[in-house]
Amino acid sequence: MTVFQFSSPAWMVCPVILPLIAGLLCFLFSHRTFAIALAAALTNLLVVCLLTGQLLVFGPMRCHMGGWQPPLGITLRTDGPALLMLLMTAVTGLAITLYARGYFSYRISDPRRAGRHQRQQRYFWPLWMLLLAGLNGLFLSNDVFNVYVTLELIGISAASLAALSGKPASLLASFRYLLVSLLGSLTYLFGIVFLYRSNGVLDLGLLQNLAANGLGIRTALVLMSVGLLLKTALFPLHFWLPPAHANALAPVSAILSALVVKGSFYMLFRFWFEIFPSTITQPTLNFMGTLGAVAVLWGAVQAIRQHRLKLMVAYSTVSQLGYLFIAFPLARVDGGIPVWSIVIFIALAHACAKSAMFMAAGTVFLHLGHDRIKDLSGVRASLPITVFAYGIAGVSLMGLPPSGGFVGKWLLLTASLGSSQWWWALVVITGSLLASIYVFRVMSRLFVIPEGFSLKKSEPHFRLLEWPALALALISLFLGLAASWPLHILVHGTTTLAQVFVGGLP
Amino acid sequence: MNWGQWLLVSILLSSFIPGIIIFGLPEEKHRLRTVLNICGSIAKIALVLIMDIGVYFGHIFEIRLSIIPGVELLLNGDPLSALFATLSSVLWLLTTVYAVGYLEGSPNRSHFFGYFSLCVTVTIGIALAGNLVTFLLFYEMLTLTTYPLVIHRGTEKSQRAGGNYLIYAFSGGAAFLFAVVSLQTIVGPVDFSAAGFPSSFIESHGAALILIFILLIIGVGVKAALVPLHGWLPQAMVAPAPVSALLHAVAVVKAGAFGIIRIVLDVYGPQNLLLLGVLPLLGGVASITILYGSIRALQQDDLKRRLAFSTISQVSYIALGMSLADQPLAVIGGLVHLVHQGLMKITLFFCAGNLAETLGIHRISEMNGVARRMPFTMAAFSVGALGMIGIPPTVGFVSKWYLGLGGLAAGNWWVVAVLAVSSLLNACYFLPILTRAWFGKQQEPWPEEQYIGRFETRLMLLVPPLITAFIVIAAGVVANAQVSPLAWVRFIVRGYTL
Repeated sequence: MTVFQFSSPAWMVCPVILPLIAGLLCFLFSHRTFAIALAAALTNLLVVCLLTGQLLVFGPMRCHMGGWQPPLGITLRTDGPALLMLLMTAVTGLAITLYARGYFSYRISDPRRAGRHQRQQRYFWPLWMLLLAGLNGLFLSNDVFNVYVTLELIGISAASLAALSGKPASLLASFRYLLVSLLGSLTYLFGIVFLYRSNGVLDLGLLQNLAANGLGIRTALVLMSVGLLLKTALFPLHFWLPPAHANALAPVSAILSALVVKGSFYMLFRFWFEIFPSTITQPTLNFMGTLGAVAVLWGAVQAIRQHRLKLMVAYSTVSQLGYLFIAFPLARVDGGIPVWSIVIFIALAHACAKSAMFMAAGTVFLHLGHDRIKDLSGVRASLPITVFAYGIAGVSLMGLPPSGGFVGKWLLLTASLGSSQWWWALVVITGSLLASIYVFRVMSRLFVIPEGFSLKKSEPHFRLLEWPALALALISLFLGLAASWPLHILVHGTTTLAQVFVGGLP
Repeated sequence: MNWGQWLLVSILLSSFIPGIIIFGLPEEKHRLRTVLNICGSIAKIALVLIMDIGVYFGHIFEIRLSIIPGVELLLNGDPLSALFATLSSVLWLLTTVYAVGYLEGSPNRSHFFGYFSLCVTVTIGIALAGNLVTFLLFYEMLTLTTYPLVIHRGTEKSQRAGGNYLIYAFSGGAAFLFAVVSLQTIVGPVDFSAAGFPSSFIESHGAALILIFILLIIGVGVKAALVPLHGWLPQAMVAPAPVSALLHAVAVVKAGAFGIIRIVLDVYGPQNLLLLGVLPLLGGVASITILYGSIRALQQDDLKRRLAFSTISQVSYIALGMSLADQPLAVIGGLVHLVHQGLMKITLFFCAGNLAETLGIHRISEMNGVARRMPFTMAAFSVGALGMIGIPPTVGFVSKWYLGLGGLAAGNWWVVAVLAVSSLLNACYFLPILTRAWFGKQQEPWPEEQYIGRFETRLMLLVPPLITAFIVIAAGVVANAQVSPLAWVRFIVRGYTL
């Protein structure tokens, strides 16, 4: 069978199909859910590694489903950015799967609410698998309409996951999240309609070659961008994010903050810088950069003002997403750094660090029964690994060396100072300083063991809660030292047009 | 990898691995923890000495790791890094012994010694850093690893001090990062080298380079406690005595001073700085810091706070030496003070810790007649204090002598004046302590006498200050010999064309 050869493009169907099947199986066999999900997450990681190998050997690839060529058939394709996002999803996804197992078994072991927690778990696994399928599909899609389908899949499963905890606050937040998400998808769909009417194609590769600049394309691009920005929660469209992320169950918060927002951002970035680069003007990019800068500062200040740990982490997401947009006005710096590498680094580091941080916050919540920042003293005595994970994740968010966040910020600084746009550099640095305040405001509490503190023993379940968080935090920390690997993948896989556009690779 | 690269890596690992193991050790395994600590420290000294010998005979130690295009991690053993690495590793062994004795029986020791070991790893990393990016990496990590030590006591006061420390340190780090990236966009990646960057950039980017120099000095000046960036240091005195000893003599303040040296000698180079005309600025700040620190020290009754302000003043001698970067004698004075100040200040802090730990004495007004109760401790203290004043044959005299000669050679009389006034002030705030301790009469019982035994205090607390006090005199007496801090500094300066 030629399908199963190393060189076969058919492999890239697996990251979409496997989680879908796993999701269905989770519905059917509700007492084996974790085993099914773990198997899916592991296989997913293996297949993504294989795809990476493929990319490094053969370069970017396409897979025409059922043998139909575009514009008729559905096409999947791999390239550098897509694979890095897939890798990010696979690695954090695996860690989150393990963490969720520990999380639910801890909660179910509490006899008072065991029934409710069991129900939550039953819905969590299939929804999480659907979400994983949607994300993988989004990163692999090569067709505007497919992107819409995956966006809907992601939006609906994410909103349902956010509602799982069942508390009134989270129901309200997730309902708002659902509405925003639907609104975003609808706007995006309108964009597609315009696009299809004016060009008659939906395939990204074909759209790229059109390079048309008509009114139809412009309207389409505006609509699609607004839809995606709404889902990415760029300031001032971030209002729905903090309550939705903070009130969800801890593994869900990690999924939402680390992965889901990256999906819509990734598509937006592709549209702007690969598909329609000539349509975008520099003032537009500057405007996006300004919004990003405001997001960085505003999000950080809000994070500093929070009294609850999970809300603080959620606002930090608003702030960190801003950095991705500061890269926009720097994209056309001559002879500069490829803009893909900036955003990919920030995204990768943030995904690992933020999911680690949400996991740690969730563990602290389980342990204490609350997450009021002023009452966190002494946690280090019982959960040393969790506190360590929180600290390391914080280092990456603050952008201190040698973390992946540092490399991202270094690239931003080099690009902005190299093109004499020093104000972006000031924002980046101020953002890091503010981040250090909100990280250490909590850290100083976690670290201190007050006198007369009686040790509350951590329970055996905590092992699955603590180690995945630490592993992700360490990955985000050492991403900086291993920065040449992701760059290598990126260089191998970026399409030629993008390379020309961003000023050429060294 | 060749043996030199393995050597550099194992110098770092010799404290990193014990640190990681200690984090995992249960609290009650104090013997294993002590063995790990001491073995790590001794191994580190041995490895650093091997590197010293290699450096002396011209062997090149270098590890490069490319991160992204234009950003490299570079570990590099040159004579200057050998100086700082040797100082840190030797003093570290003594501080570890002291800390084991000091913290006997107190809680959270695994945590403490874990960070203690990480801290020395990072300090050695600063010593070995071969370019600005690597320096920045370890410089920021130093903040992170010392923070848990500063707030170790866990009181409200120590948390506030820790928070303040972080704000100062991270702001400094941010200024430094901004400056490093700016410098790199102008002159390209800068490795530390004797020449500095090509002087052709000065014509085209003069103003920017001046601004970057100021930002760089602000960045390292926070840790070196240059006035007005010194606010965190006296507050950080709430930390346990071994931590204070470490902050002041070995790690944090020294890392800042070492940064100033690197920036002046290896990044910009004296010739470029002369062309830019920014050295008098550094000299002015250093002089103000020297005088301000001494005057503030006079006003303190708390012994550790007085020592803290004395540190602020003394460390700026190094900056003063660097501000005369074209005068070999002044550079020698500044560089050698890096070692000498460390030796003297660590002795003083050990002794202050002994007084507090044994008799509960924290204030100078409580010290009447204490030398009769603790003669060895006070003898060591006196040696350190006399060294600070600059009385021969201690090492303090050697530093001041060379600084003064350098100032005269440059025709800058104000340098000599600053040195003279500062020595006078040093005498004013140290001699009263000595007279009180040796000649005063004990009027009331000691505040909190905790130890009664064969020696005046626990042996592990007594031996380290005696050793450092001995070195303070010995290194001064043999300063001119083949093997001494001064001889090594002369060897360093020979590498620069001044």
